Amino acid sequence: MSQRSALMGPALRMGGLVLALVLLVVVGVATGGERFWSFGNFTTILSLAAVIGVVSIGMTFVITSGGIDLSVGSVLGLASIWASTLATQYAAEDYGWWVIVVTAMAVGLGAGLVNGALIAYGKVPAFIATLAMLAAARGLAEIIAGRRTQVVQVDAFFDVFQAKPLGLPVIVWIFVVVAAAGWFLLNRTTFGRRTVAVGGNPEASRLAGIKIKRHTLYLYALSGLAAGIGGVMILARTTAGSSTNGLFYELDAIAAVVVGGTLLVGGRGTITGTVLGVLIFATLTNVFVINNIDSSVQAIAKGAIIVFAVLLQQWFASRERVSAT
Amino acid sequence: MVDADPQPTEQPAQQPLLRMRGIVKEFPGARALDGVDLEVRPGEVHCLLGQNGAGKSTLIKTLAGAHQPTAGEILIDEEPVVIANPVAALRLGIATIYQELDVVDGLTVAENIYLGHELATGGVTRRSEAARNTRKILDRLGHKEISPHREVGSLPAAGKQIVQLARALSRDARVVIMDEPSAVLDSEEVGNLHRIVRELTADGVAVVYISHRLEEIRQLGDRITVLKDGRTVAESLTVADTPTKELIQLMTGRSVEYAFPDRPGVAEDAAPVLQVEGLGLGDVFADVSLTVRAGEIVGLAGLVGSGRSEILETIYGARKATSGTVRVGGKRLRSGVDAAVSAGIGLCPEERKSQGLILDEPVYRNITLSTFSRMARAGLLDERAERAAAREQVEALDLRPAGVERSARTLSGGNQQKALLARWLVHGCRVLLLDEPTRGVDVGARAEIYNLIRRLADDGAAVVVVSSEIPEVLGLADRVLVISDGKAVHEGPAREIDEHAVLDLVMEGSVA
Repeated sequence: MSQRSALMGPALRMGGLVLALVLLVVVGVATGGERFWSFGNFTTILSLAAVIGVVSIGMTFVITSGGIDLSVGSVLGLASIWASTLATQYAAEDYGWWVIVVTAMAVGLGAGLVNGALIAYGKVPAFIATLAMLAAARGLAEIIAGRRTQVVQVDAFFDVFQAKPLGLPVIVWIFVVVAAAGWFLLNRTTFGRRTVAVGGNPEASRLAGIKIKRHTLYLYALSGLAAGIGGVMILARTTAGSSTNGLFYELDAIAAVVVGGTLLVGGRGTITGTVLGVLIFATLTNVFVINNIDSSVQAIAKGAIIVFAVLLQQWFASRERVSAT
Repeated sequence: MVDADPQPTEQPAQQPLLRMRGIVKEFPGARALDGVDLEVRPGEVHCLLGQNGAGKSTLIKTLAGAHQPTAGEILIDEEPVVIANPVAALRLGIATIYQELDVVDGLTVAENIYLGHELATGGVTRRSEAARNTRKILDRLGHKEISPHREVGSLPAAGKQIVQLARALSRDARVVIMDEPSAVLDSEEVGNLHRIVRELTADGVAVVYISHRLEEIRQLGDRITVLKDGRTVAESLTVADTPTKELIQLMTGRSVEYAFPDRPGVAEDAAPVLQVEGLGLGDVFADVSLTVRAGEIVGLAGLVGSGRSEILETIYGARKATSGTVRVGGKRLRSGVDAAVSAGIGLCPEERKSQGLILDEPVYRNITLSTFSRMARAGLLDERAERAAAREQVEALDLRPAGVERSARTLSGGNQQKALLARWLVHGCRVLLLDEPTRGVDVGARAEIYNLIRRLADDGAAVVVVSSEIPEVLGLADRVLVISDGKAVHEGPAREIDEHAVLDLVMEGSVA
């Protein structure tokens, strides 16, 4: 029985997500025709999915461990601002485009380390620590930017990021690489096993000798780093740093992770599910935009999908629990 | 089935209140119940006996309406009934008191008792009436001192049990099912519980009583039904006519004395592996010193709250010692669990489910929880090696069922304990700290666990065992440390002291 639920459960869940995505595509084709079914439009959907996707991969780790990171949207905004200040841009002109990338990643990593240290060593609940970071990082971004949009004028940066290897934008490739690395990290490494173990039973993990504080620090650092990478990607996509970049991304990321089948209480995480969740939401947005439907209606549809997905999850979970008794 | 009762009892042959016939419950891939018969008469204490995994829990859940049987019938007053859900069970007069007392801590006694059938007019609760009725019921249970307005969270376990009993009475329950009610109580409270059970049965209520303690069943029970492997192997034996030995035999399929493995004796020159000196933890315990040599089992005897579990946890680094040192193989240990684990210490904690296992993870990952990092190469998991190591231990320990892919949740208590032992065997521990290794483990599996522990010692491990059962400590250990009120009050060979002497020492210490 556990054999079956262990193998069939995830397969069924993934099947359900793929089915939902296929349905959305069918609706897209039926209502949008060639405006939807074109390579150009798929590129649009993937670009839309890429930034939130990278952030969601980091979030998947945090949620699998039983935590939450509400700060990712603000950290992404701060990273995009810090990496596009005049000072950074001058340095990038002098030393190379990578200065922008490294700055954004360093900002994300730094914010994540602060979150992790507060949660692991300061014993601040993750919800509170990252909520504080959500407020503070956004505020810092506004101060640095002076509420102005900072247009990136480093040509070398765009030479790199606006290239289209194999016809797809670089940011889509970044998403592919991050997702693949995330899958590998979660499923094939000791880091991933520790993440699942800590989420499944922190006390048992601690008593088995796992350094759960240090691991918690790493997890939030990872999530911050993902947000930093997201900051670079948004610079590449929108060509400008803005203190409103990444607004509400934390909610989109959590929605994608949960819809994908990662348990909000921790102990089970799926990168494949998260990727499918991100694609579902991006496709949904695209279908609505193509049909000129009000974004408020779109928000309602999003809410409905989240609820439906969680209801399904609980149904699966209760079936597994009964069969395990 | 013969309806006429052939047994010559003092009471006239009564019509059974509750009858189960040929109950089968299948879960995907497993048959938890495989033909259970049970017949309960009004006014009797009917004991349900069986090892862990015999199907008692499933049977209770079937009666409580939490599970639907796959086959078989349930009759109340000889009328077939369907118990579709917990509310239906209560309507039929079946109330269940689970082991993990399900009361709402934040509500008052009266609110808990009327939970789900609140006395209310148009949505407004009739509080004074509820309080009055609650008082009446508590009075009937002999617990006038519990105020209906008291918050349930502030009551001890025994009090919560009373609240649950009161809830059953408020529902006019005719059958009360109690799942190991005495497990959470001390001896005085157990006496009180027995009194209440007798009063209930005197009023014609039938009590289905589940307990691991055979003496308790002797004192309290009228008739016994024994389950094994999901089947009824003996139905409605009268307690007075059935020797305990026969009961154990029925349960385990073989006769079990409380047999402890032989003590081969520790060589005089055996190297000390674990050396604890002057260990203390705030005001919990102070100045504990002990030395355990390779091949030796040292037992810590003491009452709950004496500090014995804390001593183990402090040696292990799970609590930060305020004084003293721990050495393993002569090397001083720095603090922290990870340091202890890498020095070769393993702890099987008291609460297996909450402190030991990740219940939804597969058995093999639970077994390799302390070693997967070591088996990995450059951070990459080697699941093949993990599975192989786990399978080897599963076989060596006869852990059943043998599949390593099933989740740890599906294992019985004894097998969960084996999984924890397997974890430390894979790790290759030099020091094993075992906190209540046989709690919740049935009689048959206990002997197996004892033998395992002895075998570990024979293989050169230094073992420290904590147990509430003094005979267990004395029977298993080579040397005994008696702990009382955070102090070691006696140390000596286990052979040279008996249960009464230990009890005297424990009392003395707590008086001083």
